[in-house]
Amino acid sequence: MSRAGTISWFAYHEWRLAWRDWLWLMSGRRWSRRRVVLGLIAIALFLHGFAYLVLYQSADLSRPPDKRMLVMLTGTLALYGSMMLSQAMEAVTRAFYGRGDLDLILSSPVAVWRLFAVRIGAIAVTIAAMSLALAAPFINILAWFSGLRWLAAYGVIVALAMVTVAVAVMLTVGLFRTIGPKHTRLCAQIVAAVMGASFVIGVQLAAILSYGTPSRVAFLQSEAVTRYAPDSGSIMWLPARAILGDMLALVVVSGISAIMLAATICIFAPRFGQLALATAGVSGNPIRRGRRSSCFRRTWPSRALRGKEWTLLQRDPWLMSQILMQLLYLLPPAFILWRSFRDDSGVATLLVPILIIAAGQLAGGLAWLAVSGEDAPDLIASAPVTNACVLRAKTEAVMGAIAIVFGPFVVALAVVAPISALVTVVGVATAAASATFIQFWFRVQAKRSHFRRRQTSSRIATYAEALSSCSWAGAGGLAAASSWLATIPGLIALAVVTGAWIISPAKSTPRSALRSFVGRARSLAS
Amino acid sequence: MDIHTKLDIGQHPDSRFHPQAMNQALPSFALEIRGLAKNFEHPAVDGLDLRVRTGEFYTLLGPNGAGKTTTLRMVVGLLKPDRGSITVFGIDASADPVGVKKAVAWLSDEPMIYDKLTPMEYLHFVAGLWAVESGLAEARARDLIGWLGLEAHAHDRCEGLSKGMRQKMALAGALMHDPRLIILDEPFTGLDAGSARLVKRVLRERIQAGCSVIMTTHILDVAERMADRIGVMIAGRLLAEGNLEELRRQAGAGDASLEDTFLALVETGTAERTVAA
Repeated sequence: MSRAGTISWFAYHEWRLAWRDWLWLMSGRRWSRRRVVLGLIAIALFLHGFAYLVLYQSADLSRPPDKRMLVMLTGTLALYGSMMLSQAMEAVTRAFYGRGDLDLILSSPVAVWRLFAVRIGAIAVTIAAMSLALAAPFINILAWFSGLRWLAAYGVIVALAMVTVAVAVMLTVGLFRTIGPKHTRLCAQIVAAVMGASFVIGVQLAAILSYGTPSRVAFLQSEAVTRYAPDSGSIMWLPARAILGDMLALVVVSGISAIMLAATICIFAPRFGQLALATAGVSGNPIRRGRRSSCFRRTWPSRALRGKEWTLLQRDPWLMSQILMQLLYLLPPAFILWRSFRDDSGVATLLVPILIIAAGQLAGGLAWLAVSGEDAPDLIASAPVTNACVLRAKTEAVMGAIAIVFGPFVVALAVVAPISALVTVVGVATAAASATFIQFWFRVQAKRSHFRRRQTSSRIATYAEALSSCSWAGAGGLAAASSWLATIPGLIALAVVTGAWIISPAKSTPRSALRSFVGRARSLAS
Repeated sequence: MDIHTKLDIGQHPDSRFHPQAMNQALPSFALEIRGLAKNFEHPAVDGLDLRVRTGEFYTLLGPNGAGKTTTLRMVVGLLKPDRGSITVFGIDASADPVGVKKAVAWLSDEPMIYDKLTPMEYLHFVAGLWAVESGLAEARARDLIGWLGLEAHAHDRCEGLSKGMRQKMALAGALMHDPRLIILDEPFTGLDAGSARLVKRVLRERIQAGCSVIMTTHILDVAERMADRIGVMIAGRLLAEGNLEELRRQAGAGDASLEDTFLALVETGTAERTVAA
């Protein structure tokens, strides 16, 4: 053990906390390391299989790099980098605002810059590890197919992580200085979220505009992009060349990235203490005025519950931003729809599965907030309303929000393709209802602020929700194309939802309710 | 205006806060518990028998983990008993939980409020849950906000309120539906002296209006001053019960303070439990 207060001591402290936090995330509070390891192996095998399926039909990747390949690799890196930057900004914001142990450490006589130096480094390590975990299957399969030179991509990912963390620190400190500690948190989170999605969406929009398809690959490999890109000898392709095993390029890219991160740590770590102290004053809750209207409308329990859910959602900008992020991905479909008005290409059918899957995901998030993220569960439970009434009201609140979001899409779709619109209505309602019911069956009381970590409450619920949304989307897409094959994903979705109910903790409740209902019916009949 | 005058709600002429119970014959017991038991990993409540009379201020005392909160949560319907029965004003809680909830208010030490709602909006929501008629609800909300000294914050979101104000808000919410039985779990946690006095006055007024109150607290001074009867729980069972004099007799504590009496009872109970184990 190193001496207290040194960088290595802080590094050990942070490592221990991060490791336990990660274990908790993986195993959901249970310390079953064997299960975690087995699960990780299964996921790794699955991802490698997926990477194999994606890459085995690709063009010959062992050929000498041409401009098209450099464009493709650089575009993919930019895509990956935008997501890493988004994650890094989130993490840096948490380092500023998360109080946790900061009050303890800031009130101690240790040199605080060491802690922040370690924390910035830890963010870089975390971002690199997460990115490597996702990219590793593809890198390994590429190395297997096209030669070991592709293993250099590991180094590029690490370098990219260092650059994105350095940029994230600079951006966040810049925001802090520009708009102050009061607004930086929300602003940084929104910026991070938009950055994560912007490159994907931007490329998709460009692809739709140019080729009428949302495929990013088609866009990056197009003649037009290749023609306007710089020559193969340009410095811009250094990262791509490094991925392809050019050792000199790899050394240069890694060196520049390491210098950027080291300089950022040296410059900003000593200032983090003051910035963190400045956030302490605003981490409490500011007083905000609500509506002055105090006219009590006539109301009843279900209406009160619905209204409460919508009001709480409207008034939480962070939650709104998290939920609206899911809607950002609806921009490309909206764009396709807009184009469909101009040319009757029938591409509107493509929208059906996209809208259905988005509805399922959005409904799952909203249902989690309404059910598991209830701030006053005891108040609701002690009110003279039945569980069925509460669940019905909350379902209505979720479905109402879904209707508001997806209604305009369906109306626009109905003008272009009425049958597709009809299928979309059924699909959106079914996917949203499935996701909502799954959240009800697997509800676990949690804080609303844990929205982004809701997956840890129940992994089964998360997988079931995603699988049912995907299956309903598949069924919707095939139904819109008038294919009888739609019944297959439809049956799979039904099986997923039924399976989720069977293994859910809530299974016994409906049964007992049913028994009670049957019992009452019998007594009434007699 | 002198705060005592302002808050002397015991003399408030408004009939909006006279429980419906005033106009009807009530059963003699607000709460009857028989053989109540609840097990978690160990017995939290173990065959508890308890009766609280209508119009009585009853305080439950006990060391941490004695089963006080678990008992009250079962009464309110937040926990399902493993066995035993709970009757509130003659209504069986297992047969008609909604009927019981209509008559009961629950206030825990953690205020059950929504950060993003204003106090007025919160009370409107609570009124909706208990289906209080809108005109009556609005008048009650104004009265409660006024009585609890929250006028200045009536339209601020609750996220900006202090712990004490949040607790007062939760109390206002609990009183919105004019309950006949008020159950409070550590209601004075985090309250300053002024707020604590205010809450005590509100509770006293409710008793005068015919309500029954059951409260757990670790502040023995409050229990001594306010309670008609005090129950002492240990290990999920009722160890002793009565007014201070009766408790002293049961503890053999002469004219000791409630604190000494309570500690003597707990010591005896713990010793008996150890011997039994």
